[in-house]
This record gives sequence, C-alpha cells and structure tokens, in this order.
Amino acid sequence: MSSHAEESNRRDFLVIAANAFAGVGAAVTLWPFIQQMNPDKSALALASTEVDLSPVKEGQAITVMWRGKPVFIRNRTADEVKSAQDVPVKELPDDVARNENLAADAPATDQNRTAKGHENWLVVIGICTHLGCIPKGQALGDAKGDYGGWFCPCHGSHYDTAARIRKGPAPRNLDVPPFAFISDTKIKIG
Amino acid sequence: MSSHESNYKPTSRFGKWLDDRLPVGRLMHGQFVDFPTPRNLNYWWTFGGILTFCLVAQLVTGIVLAMHYQPSAAEAFNSVDHIRRDVNYGWMIQAMHATGSSMFFLAAYIHLFRGLYYGSYKAPREILWILGVFIILAMMATAFMGYSLPWGQMSFWAVTVITNLFSSLDSIIPGVGTAIVQWLWGGYSVSGSTLNRFFALHYLLPFVIVGLVALHIWALHVVGQNNPAGLDIKTKSDSVPMYPYAVAKDAVGLFAFLLVFAWFVFFLPDYLGHADNFIEANPLVTPPHIVPEWYFLPYYAILRAVPSKLGGVILMFASIAILAFAPWLDTARVRSSKYRPIYKWFFWLFVFTCLALGYLGAKPAEGSYVAWARVFTAYYFLHFIVVMPILGLIETPKKLPGSITEDVLGPGAGKGATAGAAAAPETR
Ligand code: HEM
Ligand code: FES
Repeated sequence: MSSHAEESNRRDFLVIAANAFAGVGAAVTLWPFIQQMNPDKSALALASTEVDLSPVKEGQAITVMWRGKPVFIRNRTADEVKSAQDVPVKELPDDVARNENLAADAPATDQNRTAKGHENWLVVIGICTHLGCIPKGQALGDAKGDYGGWFCPCHGSHYDTAARIRKGPAPRNLDVPPFAFISDTKIKIG
Repeated sequence: MSSHESNYKPTSRFGKWLDDRLPVGRLMHGQFVDFPTPRNLNYWWTFGGILTFCLVAQLVTGIVLAMHYQPSAAEAFNSVDHIRRDVNYGWMIQAMHATGSSMFFLAAYIHLFRGLYYGSYKAPREILWILGVFIILAMMATAFMGYSLPWGQMSFWAVTVITNLFSSLDSIIPGVGTAIVQWLWGGYSVSGSTLNRFFALHYLLPFVIVGLVALHIWALHVVGQNNPAGLDIKTKSDSVPMYPYAVAKDAVGLFAFLLVFAWFVFFLPDYLGHADNFIEANPLVTPPHIVPEWYFLPYYAILRAVPSKLGGVILMFASIAILAFAPWLDTARVRSSKYRPIYKWFFWLFVFTCLALGYLGAKPAEGSYVAWARVFTAYYFLHFIVVMPILGLIETPKKLPGSITEDVLGPGAGKGATAGAAAAPETR
C-alpha cells in the first residue's frame, strides 16, 4: 500500500515537473515573437537632430522631425512669454513641467518649460497628449485656441503659449523633448 | 449533431465508397439539405446566409487585391491608385471590397438586432450568441486594419487616434500604455512598420472569422433556429427541410441585398468613404475633422461622450461586451418581442439610441452634440442593466400561439395531423 502511494507521489512530481518545464519553455519561445513587434535599434538610431534657429523671426514657428515625430519650435513674442509667465501654476490642469531636461516633478512654470537664457524659444513635441493628433497653431493663419498657443481640432484641446493644456480632453502638457542650445542660434534635439 | 437523423443516400458508387471513408457528403446533407427549419421564418432570417456570402466575397476580392497591393509607406497609396486605374477590372474589385465591408456590417447589424428583437440570445442559444459577439469584434479589428491599408489621411489618423486609446492605460500603471502603443506601432509613431504588420493581420483575421463562423453554425445546428414566435420545434409539422424551403427564401433575400450592394459598387463606389482618404498620409498634418467609417460612429460617439480618456475607452469596449451578457440580463419568460407589449417600445427606443449615437459620432464633439451623446450613451447601458432585467419580471406577455404550426395556420391547426407525433417525439 505504502509503496503504491509513494509511486503515485513520484508520478505527481514528474507530471508537475514536466508540465512546468514545458510551460516555461513555451513562455520563453513566445517572447521573441512578442518582442519582434517592438521598435528596433534602427528606429532609435536617428535619435538626435540639429536645428538652425537663425531664420526663425520673432512670432514665427517651425516644425522639424525627430524620431518620426513633429517638434514645434516657436520664437515667442514678449507678450506671449509674459502671458505664459503670468499664469499661476495651480490654475493649470497639468501642473508638472513635462520637460525631459528637468526632474519629473518640476512645476509647470514657463521657466521650466523653456531653456534658461532662451526663454523666448519654446521647443515641444507637437503631438496632442489626448489621442495623438497634430494641433493647429504653427502656421500664421491657424486657429490657436482660446489661450493663443495651439488648438487640437480632433476633440478640442486648447494649449497656451507655453504649450500647456488649458481646456479640453488632453490630460498632459505637450512634452518638451531632451534638447540643448549648442550655440546661440542652434539647438540639438535628442 | 441535433436530434434529427440524416436521410442521406449516396447514389453513385464513388459516393458510397467515399461515404464509408469520409462522410462529408452525409454531413453536408444532414446540416444543409434536410436540416429542419421552423416553417414560420421571415425575411430577417435570411441575413445569416447573406453574411456568409459577404465573408466569402471579402475573402475572394481581398486576395485579389493583395496580389497588386504593396504594404509599404512609400508605395501603399500609389498601389491602391494603381489597382483602381490600371489593373484589369481593379476598379470593380476594389470597389467590391471597400463597399463590401460596409455591406458586411450592414448585414451584421441587421442580424444582431434581429436576434435582440426575437430573443434569439436566450437559452439555449447563449453560446451561439456569444460567438456572434466575438465575430463582430473580429470584424471590427479586421475592418479597422483594412482601412489603414490605402494609407490616406483618414487611414493614418484613424490608426493614430485608435491605437492611442491604449495609452489611456498610463493612468492606471504609468508607462504601460505607452509601451503597448509603441509595441503596436513598432516605432515611436505610426509608420510603415505599422502598415506592414496591419496588412499581415488584415490577411489573417478573416480566416479567424471563418473559424468563428464555423463554430457559430455548429452551435446553431445543435440547438436549432429560433423563429418569430420564439417557440421550439415540437412536431414534424412545425418544420420544413432547409432545402428547398429555407434555401429558396435565402436566395430571394440575398438577391435583394445584392441589388443594393451592386448599386453602391457601380454607381456610388466612394460614397461611403471619406474624401480626405484620397490625400496621401501626412504625419505632419491632421485633417480638421476626423471621423471613422459609418459602422464605427456609435462607438466613437460613446468614446467622446465621456470626459475622461480612460473612461471613454472603457465604455466604448463595454458597449460591445455588454451584449454578451444579454442572455442573463433579460429575465423575460418569452423570447420574441412580438409578445412583449411594453418591451417592444423599449426595443425601438434602443434602436433609435444606436442610430442617434451614430449621427452624433459624425458631428464635431462640442456643445449640445456632446450633451446628447451623453444622454444616449446613458440609455444604451440602461437598456441592458435596467430595462432588460426589470421589465422581464413585471411585464405580462401576450398569449403565445400553441405551436409554430399554429403561428402560421391559426389556432388549432395541425392538431389532428400531428396528434400521434406530439405524443411520441418525432425524428425526421
Ligand atoms: C472580414 C473580411 C474583410 C473586411 C471586413 C475587410 C475590410 C477592408 C476595408 C474596410 C478596407 C479599406 C478599403 C478602402 O477604404 O479602400 C480593406 C482594404 C484591403 N483589404 Fe480587406 N477586408 C476583409 C478581408 C480581406 C482579405 C481576406 C484580404 C486578403 C488578403 C484583404 C485584403 C485587403 C487589401 C489588399 C486592401 C487594400 C486595398 C484597398 O484599400 O482597397 N481583405 N479591407
Ligand atoms: S487628439 Fe487632440 S484633442 Fe483628441
């Protein structure tokens, strides 16, 4: 009797071990088939780009591509800078700076949205944080929304002159990409 | 499968030889020739056959398109133009496929509302019904990916907006949503890699649908068809063999449907599409007003009605998922709404709600459009979670006919002929 019980315990062990082994094997085999869909290293290769700002006059804006995404660069007027600086942070729906060059919890002041000494230049990724449309506001004739920055026509998000969300369904301010001034008129993004 | 026995008799020697080795002929005969169908079916029951036709038509035209189409960001837009202008009969086959998907959804929605009206989801057809819900979901995924293939402005921005829905998961676990979206894209934005994989999946999914349809029909033939009276087949006189009766009726329905289909293919091939999709995809410019194809409009209205991004996504998926629970939410004792004097009105209110959501989905998301979208979204769900369970308990149904035969021939009909049969359950 006891040997019979022992026998079935050994069998149980073998069954569990074999199934566990096969299960782990299946999971390991599955991994490459999932991972192949992720962005590969060649998508990361074009990770930085240099932009000459000298042709962009005050009040003008340009759009450049970085990692397949549009980056908005606006040479803001003194009025636009001032109106962005005057907003108290606690009035903002999203009160963190979303600036990759700063700490993740930096408050969304206009200073924190721009580079020190170059406050007139605003550099942001031009993709609405709601569902990814490209907001209007780069061209002179565009609708710029209730706060004079950008307006996303897809579901009606309004951004201010520091590209912070003020009204509409978008949850976050437009992201400031990693960038630095390499001379007074040139920046490197990424 | 079901209780009836096939009276299949192979006639040729080859037929007999095959029947002993692989009885496909017997299976087909039993399931599609002498299968008993209720004798009171109306034209709303022809849509199953119509849907089968639509699926085959999409497969055939789709495989032809794939012979000429190029799934790359540089060539996709031009290759569809090439199909429409240069390929022999490409103009016709492309139009059949593009309008075919609208026709497929039209038929599927009619089929679905037929099921809702006549209570076809109720026991014992729960699995049959749930398989139908899976088919609708698979059709949506297929059509969504197919719509990306022409790589026009609407294609590109529809893919962007819909894949971005998953980024709402970031508000539950930060980073997870973004990771899923980049995994779907194969990049940091929608790109040629996205198009390429969508093409592969657009080719695959219809075959998954074929498999689901096979299960759907299997489940149907185990429990038998529902019918306008919502009664079960009890006697021989309640049913007629599928061939020629149901097949002939299906053929009439199918040809009427094909008239509409052909009208669109030959006279209005681009009517159901969007003009912006004749502009090549441009990642730098979003069209001023993004709208999905008509068959997605009600869900789009629900998505935009909710002020929270995640909440909108959840309700949108819930609007389909809740269908799967209808068999348990509906507490009524009778199946068919024909015999439910109060529920009938709520059914039509529900139909109106879906149409209204479709209308609102096509309008810009502002002002009173949003307010109405909220009202109708609320009723959409209330119908399932309040009206169905409560009304079923308090409503008194009208008197049902005694049998399917009586439903057709009037009270007392068929009694004499089938008295013996009723006592001893009939096998055909
Ligand atoms: C469940 C069945 C199917 C549905 C609902 C469906 C739906 C669609 C839709 C909505 C489009 C976009 C048409 C346009 O706006 O121009 C499309 C395009 C396309 N589909 Fe399908 N499809 C199905 C099956 C298939 C199959 C089996 C293939 C075979 C590979 C296929 C190949 C293609 C190709 C190559 C295109 C791009 C050409 C074009 O845009 O017309 N489809 N499909
Ligand atoms: S994508 Fe910009 S508001 Fe929805």
